[in-house]
Amino acid sequence: MKLALEISIYIALISTMLAIVLCGIRLLRGPTSQDRVLALDTLWMCIMIFVLLLGMFFGSLIYFEIALLIALTGFVSTMALAKFLMRGEIIE
Amino acid sequence: MINMANDIPAWAAILVIFFLLLGSFIIVVGTLGLVRLGDFYQRIHGPAITITLGTGSVLIASMILFSSTHERLVIHELLITAFVFLTAPLGAMMMMRAAVYRGRRQQQRDESK
Repeated sequence: MKLALEISIYIALISTMLAIVLCGIRLLRGPTSQDRVLALDTLWMCIMIFVLLLGMFFGSLIYFEIALLIALTGFVSTMALAKFLMRGEIIE
Repeated sequence: MINMANDIPAWAAILVIFFLLLGSFIIVVGTLGLVRLGDFYQRIHGPAITITLGTGSVLIASMILFSSTHERLVIHELLITAFVFLTAPLGAMMMMRAAVYRGRRQQQRDESK
């Protein structure tokens, strides 16, 4: 059972890496700026999931705080970028 | 590779495996939607699945795994769940509004030419 758990964590890590690569493709290709912001937002979320999975992989609870910080920073950066796209300035 | 202090029961392992496989499938499907869909207004629906369902199932798997390995209730992952579920609609709404404003400005520029 432990081996199956390990294999499923490996599968989840690999598919999250695949998701990060797909987000990177959209980030590089995106025709408009809002596509790039959307790809960046999804990239933050995928990296947060990746850090959570690393925490499960190493069996440590410390990774949870890194994931929480990544989620916070991703939200703030998405809001700032979306506000910038809307008006051309962040704080009016 | 996984450092477990004590073995986890079979039902917990099966639940963790189920939620991990579900979450990884949903994450790949959501980002595939981000790459494959045609328009920005269609494309914003793909990552929504990744953010809500994918994150949720991975967090549930993490909660079950740590609760069964540490032999106490480890539910501080609920903090991330609450935060992500509160902020994902806000970010989507801001991006959507920015896209609508930019599209309208582009249209006005095209008409004035």
